[in-house]
Amino acid sequence: MNNVLHLAYLVPLFPLLGFLINGLGRKSMSKSLIGIVGSGAILASFIVSVWIFMQVKGGNTFTAEYFNFISADKLTIPFAFKIDQLSSLFLLIITGVGFLIHVYSTSYMHEEKREHFGRYFAYLNLFVFSMLLLVMGGNYVIMFIGWEGVGLCSYLLIGFWFKKPEYNKAANKAFIMNRIGDLAFLIAVFWLIWKTGSVSYDTILPAVKEGTSGLNNTDILVITLLLFVGATGKSAQIPLYTWLPDAMAGPTPVSALIHAATMVTAGIYMIVRSNVLYSLSPVTLNVIAIVGLATALLAATIALKQNDIKKVLAYSTVSQLGYMFLALGTGSYIAAVFHVMTHAFFKALLFLGSGSVIHAMGGEQDIRKMGGLAKYMKITNITFLIGCLAIAGIPGLSGFFSKDEILAGAFMKSPILYGIGLFTALLTAFYMFRLYATTFKGSFRGTHEQEHHLHESPAAITFPLIVLAILSIVGGYVGVPEFIMHGAHSLNDFLAPVIVSVDHGAAHAAGHLSHSEEWMLTGISTALIVIVVVFAWTRFSKKPDTAEPTGFGKILANKWYVDEFYDAAVVRPLNKLGDFLDNMLEKPVIDGLVNGVGKLVNYSSRQLRLLQSGQVGSYVLLMVISMLLIFALQFFLRK
Amino acid sequence: MIAVLLILIPLLTGLAAFFFRNEKAARSWALFSSVLTLAVSILGLTVLKQAKYLSHQCEWMQGLGSSFSVGLDGMGQILCLLTAVSYPIIFLSTWHSNYKKANNFFALMLLAQAGLMGVFLAMDALLFYFFWELALIPVYFLCSQWGGERRIQVTFKFFIYTFVGSVLMLIGILFVYTHTADHSFAIGSFYKANLPLGSQHWLFWLFFVAFAIKMPIFPLHTWQPDAYEQSPTATTMVLSGIMVKMGVLGLLRWLLPVLPIASYSYGDTVSRLAIIGMIYASIIAIRQDDIKRLIAYSSIAHIGLMCLTIFSENKIGFQGVMVQMFNHGVNIIGLWIMVELIERQFGTRKMSELGGLAQKAPAMVIFFVIISLANIALPLTNAFVGEFLMFTGVFTSTVTKYNILFTVLAGLCIILAAVYTLNMIRKIFFGEANTLTATATDLRLNEKIALGAIVALIIWMGVYPKPMLDLTNEISDSILKITDVQHLLKK
Repeated sequence: MNNVLHLAYLVPLFPLLGFLINGLGRKSMSKSLIGIVGSGAILASFIVSVWIFMQVKGGNTFTAEYFNFISADKLTIPFAFKIDQLSSLFLLIITGVGFLIHVYSTSYMHEEKREHFGRYFAYLNLFVFSMLLLVMGGNYVIMFIGWEGVGLCSYLLIGFWFKKPEYNKAANKAFIMNRIGDLAFLIAVFWLIWKTGSVSYDTILPAVKEGTSGLNNTDILVITLLLFVGATGKSAQIPLYTWLPDAMAGPTPVSALIHAATMVTAGIYMIVRSNVLYSLSPVTLNVIAIVGLATALLAATIALKQNDIKKVLAYSTVSQLGYMFLALGTGSYIAAVFHVMTHAFFKALLFLGSGSVIHAMGGEQDIRKMGGLAKYMKITNITFLIGCLAIAGIPGLSGFFSKDEILAGAFMKSPILYGIGLFTALLTAFYMFRLYATTFKGSFRGTHEQEHHLHESPAAITFPLIVLAILSIVGGYVGVPEFIMHGAHSLNDFLAPVIVSVDHGAAHAAGHLSHSEEWMLTGISTALIVIVVVFAWTRFSKKPDTAEPTGFGKILANKWYVDEFYDAAVVRPLNKLGDFLDNMLEKPVIDGLVNGVGKLVNYSSRQLRLLQSGQVGSYVLLMVISMLLIFALQFFLRK
Repeated sequence: MIAVLLILIPLLTGLAAFFFRNEKAARSWALFSSVLTLAVSILGLTVLKQAKYLSHQCEWMQGLGSSFSVGLDGMGQILCLLTAVSYPIIFLSTWHSNYKKANNFFALMLLAQAGLMGVFLAMDALLFYFFWELALIPVYFLCSQWGGERRIQVTFKFFIYTFVGSVLMLIGILFVYTHTADHSFAIGSFYKANLPLGSQHWLFWLFFVAFAIKMPIFPLHTWQPDAYEQSPTATTMVLSGIMVKMGVLGLLRWLLPVLPIASYSYGDTVSRLAIIGMIYASIIAIRQDDIKRLIAYSSIAHIGLMCLTIFSENKIGFQGVMVQMFNHGVNIIGLWIMVELIERQFGTRKMSELGGLAQKAPAMVIFFVIISLANIALPLTNAFVGEFLMFTGVFTSTVTKYNILFTVLAGLCIILAAVYTLNMIRKIFFGEANTLTATATDLRLNEKIALGAIVALIIWMGVYPKPMLDLTNEISDSILKITDVQHLLKK
């Protein structure tokens, strides 16, 4: 432990302490103290994370082992943290965005009673702790601790307002759908143990690279597919995405932090972490690309017809996550991480902005009852607009760079992927500006009382908005593509050591695009996006989309009836099966048989007058007891 | 010395308890006794862990070739510790329950503890059988005298089941005895018994049925939900937390090593039964409205996994089963404490009549959620360690070619467990309070201490399971060495 990076344990330690202090002291501490402890813990983590990042940037990477977590037979699972380029970057995102959202929450949640305010911050700190374990873990089991830990916190925070039954159901749904993925994740881990005897990245991944891991192609195919199924749960991809929109039941800052910026990107982190394995399995990569793209498209179509401000953003998140998986599937791991980062900035911004709007509207979330908010809430308006421009991919903002890189990667793989990807980007631009124009432009459609209360939010809310807006603009300049400026993709250089496919991966074998081709692709997509933005802006500013949807629009508004399908195909049959087993098999047959034997014995004993009382039970009991007594006596009578 | 004390303390204090006239005195006496036993158990794990303190042998029925031979190996240490830890928690958490003839109640509880300790310690087959019965008989009386409305019928069923099991086991023991070289009941002679290959097969089923009833394994499980439901809660805790481990221990210490070849050849059959039972019980659990029945079915699923793992016959799985025996006991006792609290306050265990408790009883919801999370094996809780190792054992098993299929099917219960456990939390604690739950009061001091101890164990064993895992190392090796079928078949 002579490397200074063994101090990395401080990063998760602060949030853990924050969780304990706020959790235990929630009834006795004042709200401001709770807020200071909660936010301060994350700030401290952020500061340590910056220091770690500088260390890593200076070339110092380290795997710190603290103690043996599980050690049985030949399997040893150390409690270890791996500090390298990938994890240090995620640490910055998690603690940085996390800190801003904690600050925001001190104001947003201020109306809660003190103990619930404390409970909220305790959960939020616990979430950051789990998320940090997930990205820092030096092996798949420590990652899994964080993996299920963030699922738990998500469950607790979705159901934060526990008096509302539908919120609790949403919380259960999130946890259970995640568990389906978690089972696949676990089986992948068992498979690794079976074939390699280890779960540590440092043991498995270099060996896979060298070809000495003992994993054959089938093993790698199955393991990567199973891990990907795990990722579809956590990162809300087809078929396990339906929990994420329901998760909007939680407080809005939670949606920003957990259900947009950090937790849902865990699946992407995991696959990038395992990129050595994935690069060896082209089949899995194709599956990921197709599932990612299908999810991106499906979610974008649903977002077109949603009227709840948070639901639009939720489906947008699912869609953007699909984009990231498209990047992974096309082998552009760095583009995926890049988009995780920029998305964390602009989606956190959009969610927090929507929270500011909901706050001002007195809890109203239906955009049909909003409109014209721009003149009441200047900072919220401008920052929200920046977020929309960024997610749409307008040049100069962060989303443009990361999205462009993903599309370029898709084009190299197949023009069809590119075409659908571009179409999805256009849908994104459309629904985001439908959302923006309906909310902020036109005239106010709410009640007079609401209009009277409209106001800009306090500084604790606008400060994070401003910071995130700035990041949404400048965040893209760490990844300026080669064709625009040579050597300006500093993210590429930074992450190169942890990505295998940069030099010799399968995905890049197809060759590079020439600069002129790239200019052309970017030109086309940008021109189309700008047209869509202008169209949506003008159209929905004048005439908001308030009519009840009909025809195809109704199908979209009802989310393609996927929830209804799952309900009919899985939930209800399972319940029916449970009732059937309980009422038709358990009670009459299995239990009945035994009771029947009991009755028969009882009956015959009475008939045969084996015992005058007619109770064979007491007879046998008597026998056993006397036998025991004989045994016991024997013990004392022995010579 | 330690081994003898672990049996003698509860036995003698239990017999003495019959003569108490004052209810409160009997209760304090029982708590005192259980704490004393715990202290001895901890001594055996720490200061006095040298072999000479841990085992004891003296003459008993020498003419028959049976001696009073008790000893603590790693598995015994864990199970005795479980018994020793559970009893103070049980007495403390039910401190305010009133019993008719309380002196008899506590006396029987302590006698059952003596029997349980004996089962875990016995290194002689006849002695094992003796303690097996000694543990069960007090429980019959506890159920039939202090149980719920249907107690007579339910106790009768429980009795028929376990009696059949005991008789089968006794026949089996006697048969093996006649084939030992030195006509001895000693465990070493049993392991070396020269059994005709043909008889191994029916012997296997005699023993398996006896142990399977106790665990229980599908389809021999129907006594369990009824018995758990109708027994007084303190007895239910003993039954579900500790007594089911008699069956698990029976498989590991008596069945597998004595009948290795039959265990190997019936391994797949038993594994299938275990898996069917796991899924069956999990699905039924989803539809239960009575909390006690839900937990009973959940426990059947968890025990099924132990059985499946045992027949996967590898070290990592054995180690998982042994730590999980402890963890399962701690967790389920925690759940019963909660059930008792709810039933005492509201007079019902039906989830449909509850709801909204979280507002009035925040401490209760925190404990309940933590214990429930342990029940679904969330990482950093104790059960994760056990289940992770057990699943790894099943997956890496070399005695079956269905290892992947078995893991996937059994793994479905990980998902189903989340379904019924989270629904249980939701229905009891969340939503608006109704007229019944609006008057709820939160935990009392004794309950906080008992639950605090349970949560501490959950987290300790979940974060740093090494001390417990170290105990399982040697004993797993030695069981595996005796059951090494490949080696046996070559011979």
